[in-house]
Amino acid sequence: MLTQHFPALLVVVPLMAAPLIVFARRSLASWLIALLATAITFGIAASLLAQTLSEGTLVYAMGSWEAPLGIEYRIDAAGAFVAVIVAAMGLIVMPYSRVGIAAEVRSEEHYLYYALMMLCLAGLLGILVTGDAFNVFVFLEVSSLATYVLIAMGRDRRALVAAYQYLLMGTIGATLYVVGVGLLYLETGTLNLADMATRLVDVGDSRGVLAALAFITVGISLKIALFPLHLWLPNAYAYAPSPVSAFLAATATKVSIYVLMRYFFTIFGATEVFDARATGAILLGLSLAAMFIPAVVAIFQHDMKRLLAYSSVSQIGYITLGISLDSVEGLMASAMHLFNHALTKGGLFLVLGGVVLRCGGAGFDRLAGLGHTMPVAAFAMVVGGLSLIGVPGTAGFISKWYLVSAAMHEGQWWLVGAVLASSLLAVIYVWRFVEVAYFRAPPADHPAPGEAPLSMQLPALAMIAACVYFGIDATWSSEVSMRVAEVLMYNPGVGQ
Amino acid sequence: MRLDIILRVLAKLLIPFALVFGLYVQFHGDYGPGGGFQAGVIVAAAVIFYALIYGLPAARRVVPTEMVQSLMAIGVLLYSGVGIASILLGGNYLDYFVLGADPVSGQHRGIFWVEMGVLITVASVMLKIFYVFAGRRRDAEEAEE
Repeated sequence: MLTQHFPALLVVVPLMAAPLIVFARRSLASWLIALLATAITFGIAASLLAQTLSEGTLVYAMGSWEAPLGIEYRIDAAGAFVAVIVAAMGLIVMPYSRVGIAAEVRSEEHYLYYALMMLCLAGLLGILVTGDAFNVFVFLEVSSLATYVLIAMGRDRRALVAAYQYLLMGTIGATLYVVGVGLLYLETGTLNLADMATRLVDVGDSRGVLAALAFITVGISLKIALFPLHLWLPNAYAYAPSPVSAFLAATATKVSIYVLMRYFFTIFGATEVFDARATGAILLGLSLAAMFIPAVVAIFQHDMKRLLAYSSVSQIGYITLGISLDSVEGLMASAMHLFNHALTKGGLFLVLGGVVLRCGGAGFDRLAGLGHTMPVAAFAMVVGGLSLIGVPGTAGFISKWYLVSAAMHEGQWWLVGAVLASSLLAVIYVWRFVEVAYFRAPPADHPAPGEAPLSMQLPALAMIAACVYFGIDATWSSEVSMRVAEVLMYNPGVGQ
Repeated sequence: MRLDIILRVLAKLLIPFALVFGLYVQFHGDYGPGGGFQAGVIVAAAVIFYALIYGLPAARRVVPTEMVQSLMAIGVLLYSGVGIASILLGGNYLDYFVLGADPVSGQHRGIFWVEMGVLITVASVMLKIFYVFAGRRRDAEEAEE
């Protein structure tokens, strides 16, 4: 009975938790509310994924006003898949946050941290579940505004500049998106995404549609941090509090990638985007640039958080590469890498958060000799690093394997070489950590720290273990990714 | 401070009317232009006007900072609470039809409480922003002295 309201409750539960936390004020009480809300949200997301996999698209009319008159929530396997990633990451970060933010956020601001995390979660999930183009913009802003403040909470004063930089870039991105939506509204007369997709077929070739495609692609690419629009990302990830870095790395860019996939395949239709326009070629070029240039930049970083951030920009290149192939196989590889990279990078940032707590920073001078002082954390970082490279037995290998076979399927053999060469760059930047952690003596003033507290270590190790698990048994992730790709490619939701 | 007697008297005259006009915009939103957002801005403007004429401490005595922060949350809870009430009464989220005996009164009741939530949150967020900016400058001046 209640399950029919799940598409709405997915957003409403974290949204209502935020004001409740403002009332609770006390750090412990707000943490408990946030923990409960994320657990419920994850349950709803998991149930939605199960429902969409078995029954197809779920439609929910807000206020019982039927679309296209009213706003509808429409979720299919693709949206639910990303929603599960986001909600799961929220659930993992919450127990971690209790100790994780104690050292980084002032105690009288703890409740604000939890409230903003809830708003960010509500915004990200809202983007995934809504069936309305303008609603996507609203939720994009809800999550972004919460994110800016969360980043600014970092104890380093540079966090303020990083948040401001992201605010400028994010606002430009959102503005470009809304201009694109406005043009689409002008051409089709509707804001409902499914309705828009059917009407665009009749509108056909027009300058307005082309401009809308360009505005939306560039606007969302800013949010994705697609090279060369990634400049906000390294600072934002580096100076945000550790749990925020982990949560954002695993979710924010992934949700934007989902929006891009939706527009490319469901709204504009793959033929419009890839055959009639040069979009595919541009995306391919940018993806290749993203795979190489930020990876080289990552090699020259002296701070582990910045290194991982640049690595994220590089890994996003793999995901968009899969999109640019314009095939079910390519999309499936993208969806899979979206999941696997969320696991890997989320896990790495969580482990790093514990290290920063003990060592007082993520600079390589602070991390020297980590293999001796914090053996478990150092080993977990190495395992996560192997997944970044794509070593067999880790999640990263599976998605790169699918990406390579998708490229071969399209007859693009040279892309195989590109993926391999880019992975070699990942070997170098991961090796830099290994060298610092295992082949250097700990700094003289090192307080000889132990491992991170259990409440931080367990969620982090669970993520790293999941990296290995989904690297060995990829049955679930590959089956669901395949469904996601088919849903996106053949739009079974439209016109029903 | 003696020369601003005209401002002080006029403010006392105008602020009640501003507040009543805010409520008019709020409740007339059902029939014509208006609604919670506009009304919230007008209500907040009345308090900000009071703060400009009588000083920030006086305004903070009338509408304390803690109250503003609670009101921000209450508005959101009120809005989303209407949605939950709709679900509990057997409709979809924010379905006003089930809130009353007949559809028209249901719609009236739903939009009334939702707009009330918007009024409370918009007015308190406006005030919060004003307090934060005005307070910053004050604190800086106090630090200099």
